[in-house]
Amino acid sequence: MTPTIEATGLRKRFGKTVALDGLDLVAEPGQVLAVLGPNGAGKTTFVRTVATLLRPDAGELRVAGHDVRRQPGAVRRVIGLAGQYAAVEPAMTGRENLRLVARLFGQDRRAARASSDRVLELLGLTGAADRLARTYSGGMRRKLDLGASLVGSPRLLLLDEPTTGLDPRSRIELWDAIGALVGAGTDVLLTTQYLDEADHLASRVVIIDHGRVVAAGTPSELKQRAGRNVIEVHTRDRADLARAAAGLAGLDHDQPQIEEATRRVRVAVAAGTDPLRDALSALDAAGVAVEDISLRPPTLDEVFLALTGQPLEPAADTAAGHAAA
Amino acid sequence: MASIPVPASARPSAGLAASTFGIARRGVRKFLRTPQLVVVGTVQSALFLLIFRYVFGGAIGAGGLDYVDFLVPGFITTGLLFAGMGAAAGMAEDLEQGFVDRLRSLPIPRSAVLAGRAVADTALLVWSLAITSAVGFAVGFRLHGGLADALAAFGLLLVFGFAFEWMFLTLGLFAGTAQAAQGLALMVFPLTFVSSAYVPVESMPGWMQAFAEHQPVTVMVDAVRVLTQGRAAELLLGHGAEFYVVRSLAWSAAILAVLVPLAVAGYRRD
Repeated sequence: MTPTIEATGLRKRFGKTVALDGLDLVAEPGQVLAVLGPNGAGKTTFVRTVATLLRPDAGELRVAGHDVRRQPGAVRRVIGLAGQYAAVEPAMTGRENLRLVARLFGQDRRAARASSDRVLELLGLTGAADRLARTYSGGMRRKLDLGASLVGSPRLLLLDEPTTGLDPRSRIELWDAIGALVGAGTDVLLTTQYLDEADHLASRVVIIDHGRVVAAGTPSELKQRAGRNVIEVHTRDRADLARAAAGLAGLDHDQPQIEEATRRVRVAVAAGTDPLRDALSALDAAGVAVEDISLRPPTLDEVFLALTGQPLEPAADTAAGHAAA
Repeated sequence: MASIPVPASARPSAGLAASTFGIARRGVRKFLRTPQLVVVGTVQSALFLLIFRYVFGGAIGAGGLDYVDFLVPGFITTGLLFAGMGAAAGMAEDLEQGFVDRLRSLPIPRSAVLAGRAVADTALLVWSLAITSAVGFAVGFRLHGGLADALAAFGLLLVFGFAFEWMFLTLGLFAGTAQAAQGLALMVFPLTFVSSAYVPVESMPGWMQAFAEHQPVTVMVDAVRVLTQGRAAELLLGHGAEFYVVRSLAWSAAILAVLVPLAVAGYRRD
């Protein structure tokens, strides 16, 4: 079968900045592919290239078999794009926004009405359909933006950081909406900075940095290689740090790491909540006074470090540990 | 070409006219549903006219014309340019906020995005012309030519507004942000003030007259003056309607010939 996306040696630079540096990537039909990476890794450039908004400098990129440079029109007929910003018209209602896009896809009035209604229903926006989009919450706008990318029934949905900047509840609602689409058979390319988002939505994850692929696999493969949960203990006394580390050392084969400055000990553990219970009793037995303790999925930093042996740039966003722990 | 591409499913796409219309309709709706734009624009132009008519007016000699009859054609014409400042900001905002990306990812002719905006903004000029004319009549402006000439002036103003619209689209496309676009659009001030719109060109210093006399706004204002004021304006300005109308159409064509390709180039940039 023709791959949904096939990129070979893709290059793009903006002035002196190299955004894509020989990116190779294949997405098979029936897949949700997450492109994961820090800010500036080239994720958005890649999506914009797939969406025919940017022309690659070198390399080849085919979307559903169509070359993005030579057949951009054919590519645009199979994609739907939802961006980082909600690109909807605030001065039109949700329904009007969707109908506009449906009409631009060449649907006649009746078809545009039907597909807009279907999408509103799917995204749970029917109740707000006749309100101006400027009265929507951030999450609702993002949903409407997603909806606008859906009214044309695309074969491939492109989602560029769909939940960046949303509160945890809106994120999960949007995840559910995306999950429903995937269930209905739409292929998805999504970019994200959040490991848990990739884990939640994708059947395949590609990690990119500096415009190239550094690791690829299913979420569970990547997690096995790198993405183990982390227990982090904050001790009340600096003097307890060594004892805490010794206590936690028995939990798993990972060597606990001590961070003096913040009075924390960190250790990677197996999946599930059992290690947390074991850690608490080990600390109790060692007589460590615990300020607080947490079990969390690894941050993108930690995955990066494990997979590439190199830490992320210091400025990178490390907000990954929230919400869906 | 090794593999045979999968057919692009049954998804059709909209033609140039339909997509231009859809995009233009959105622009008009946005304006009508944003009361700030409607009210501020109207109040601003009314204030402006009142100040010129009653504060400066007494000190400005306009030859054989009443100052109000001299001023209002200038005021209506320059009003098109002031309205255009909003168009530049609107274009930049669409780029900044991803609306243009959405449109560019759709299977529509790419020219429809710019054409749609230009059509919408020109339609809004009708509104702006109606407001400024109404305020003009309210402060004493009167037609001293035929009705047909007045309608011709109206048509001419739309052509001129459409041409200048492309200047504002270009500014918006190159500015990057709405704020920068608004800043760049300040260049309408020399065009509007250093013209015959508010005062006779002869009252300016010689070097400035050279610019004021030949720039498009002056030609346009004088065309509207002659069309609405008839004989008195012809005597004051020195030429008949045809002279000014032909020149302002030529200016409009020249502006379009330069700025449409520039706007398209700005739009096509990666």
